[in-house]
Amino acid sequence: MTYNINDKGYYGEFGGAYIPEMLYPNVEELRQNYLKIMAEPSFKEEFDQLLKDYVGRPSPLYFAKRLSEKYNTKIYLKREDLNHTGAHKVNNTIGQILMAQRLGKTRIIAETGAGQHGVATATVCALMGMECIVYMGEIDIARQAPNVARMKMLGAKVVPATSGSKTLKDATNEAIRDWINNPVDTHYIIGSVVGPHPYPDMVARFQAVVSEEIKWQLKEKEGTEKPDYVIACVGGGSNAAGAYYHYLEDTDVKLIAVEAAGKGVHSGESAATSVLGKEGIIHGSKTLLMQTKDGQITEPYSISAGLDYPGVGPMHAHLYKTGRAEFVAITDDEAMSSGLELSALEGIIPAIETSHSLAVFEQKTFKPDDIVIVNLSGRGDKDLQNYIDYFKL
Amino acid sequence: MFFKTGTTNKMNRINQKLQENKKLLSIYFSAGYPNLDDTVSIIENLEKNGVDMIEIGLPFSDPLADGPTIQESSTAALKNGMTTEVLFDQLKDIRKTVTIPLIIMGYFNPMLQYGVEAFCKKCQEIGVDGLIIPDLPVDVYNEQYKATFEKYGLINVFLITPQTSNERIHFIDSISNGFIYMVSSASVTGSGSGFGNEQTDYFKRIAELNLNNPQIVGFGIKDHDTFTQATKHAKGAIIGSAFIKHLTQHGAIKIDAFTKSILKA
Repeated sequence: MTYNINDKGYYGEFGGAYIPEMLYPNVEELRQNYLKIMAEPSFKEEFDQLLKDYVGRPSPLYFAKRLSEKYNTKIYLKREDLNHTGAHKVNNTIGQILMAQRLGKTRIIAETGAGQHGVATATVCALMGMECIVYMGEIDIARQAPNVARMKMLGAKVVPATSGSKTLKDATNEAIRDWINNPVDTHYIIGSVVGPHPYPDMVARFQAVVSEEIKWQLKEKEGTEKPDYVIACVGGGSNAAGAYYHYLEDTDVKLIAVEAAGKGVHSGESAATSVLGKEGIIHGSKTLLMQTKDGQITEPYSISAGLDYPGVGPMHAHLYKTGRAEFVAITDDEAMSSGLELSALEGIIPAIETSHSLAVFEQKTFKPDDIVIVNLSGRGDKDLQNYIDYFKL
Repeated sequence: MFFKTGTTNKMNRINQKLQENKKLLSIYFSAGYPNLDDTVSIIENLEKNGVDMIEIGLPFSDPLADGPTIQESSTAALKNGMTTEVLFDQLKDIRKTVTIPLIIMGYFNPMLQYGVEAFCKKCQEIGVDGLIIPDLPVDVYNEQYKATFEKYGLINVFLITPQTSNERIHFIDSISNGFIYMVSSASVTGSGSGFGNEQTDYFKRIAELNLNNPQIVGFGIKDHDTFTQATKHAKGAIIGSAFIKHLTQHGAIKIDAFTKSILKA
């Protein structure tokens, strides 16, 4: 049993490339080249250099003393929030912009939910002087105004997605349509481990730097590369894929995936895909997704725009189905209170997405000598207005 | 015994139609639009007015390959209450009144949830002749579903685009047994403003490949001129968005005016 992708592009029964023929040449070109390009010494060199000098990697692995005392266990925070642009998303956009250049593409499109991936894409496009179009749900544009402004400053064109639920799912549809209309010069930088093969694998490989660093950082601090637990939130699942990547096959390391329960898993306003989802096809991938009995994709809900997605990446569907990862659902209220707690105890204001991961400590008891790593995927600056409104600050 | 199963005993209506010595006009519409119960009368009217073949759109919440017109009609149809069950129920007596080929066009997820075999079986019972499923990849179909489609006598129609390589076109031709849906340009449905040299060259290039399956052009055909251009080198053409716009403006009546404007009959 492997928890990683097989040579046909599937994680167990999940994955594949369920795409219209119009996308086939693009996706096939990428599939044939991505591993080859990633293995080129010049690619690796440029990728590593940019991660170091531009993103600021390695990101610290920080022992959260006061949080650990409160929950009577050893908690380390992987500080992806300290990356340039404020989240893990930039690891992937750096990788993909270098990929796009090597494929001879001149125009970049992306979808975004919370705006973090949009900002990370706009950033690397500015860096490389490439045209950038970001599709964003109309509702998300309203609730993530600072990120919209950042993208504009960075020279990107932000196009509202006005169909369906007007959130991440619909922004992704619009980006895919753009790609169908511009099949030759355009590269689509997908922001998560979703979409047709090879995207889930490619994005996971670019994010794998997170667990690669955790291994040596933990070795320095604890004398072991292996934590007992790795906790990460899952919308599409890219920060989780990166934090899990080098531990996937090592079952001594337990994986916890945290989904957004919204107003409660069974409230009708939730994004807890593992509980509410069923096997199907979304955005070109066979995976678990929230849908009606009739196979129509339903509209999820979460206070966090980054987790407001009706599917999960195929890797996570496989981790769920095989029991390799434990899936936990956290409500809006639980997440918000954990965000406030981290701010007060450690002086770190997390993104609301990340706050979901921290709420696990209220639900689950760890042993005093357990080493628990939380992937602190993003910082909370973009969510300030939501925190202000919620806590009446 | 006779007229019972599959292609061996009885020639599929699509193949029969393709043998006729004329250019074929095929029309797509979203089932359940503009009103839930318009499906059957639209089909009957299209046949009465000289349409050769119909693609009945099974609406989907996230139609990736479609432009705004078909997206909106799909969303409206779903709001009207269209589901796979409802569509099959509406079509149950369609073969009492309609003889032209009927194809269901839809995205894969609703079929997957219904059960691919159950879906195919139902199509055969009703007298549906073929399926077009844009997001069911050729290789997955070939490995997992071809036998099922054939068991129920269904023709699966694949798409090609100006970007499809000749090698892949020949592969698609080899596993097709009806026609090839030739997407006119790199676009979602409902875009484009007439055909230029690029399209004409592409239509000619494909015609010169001498494929086993005839080609029917879709995407960007909206009036008499584009229909004529598209069918110069191909067997027929499919109109979708332009017809849906007509339905939006006029409802499910005056279909004769639309078909006349295309065929100039």
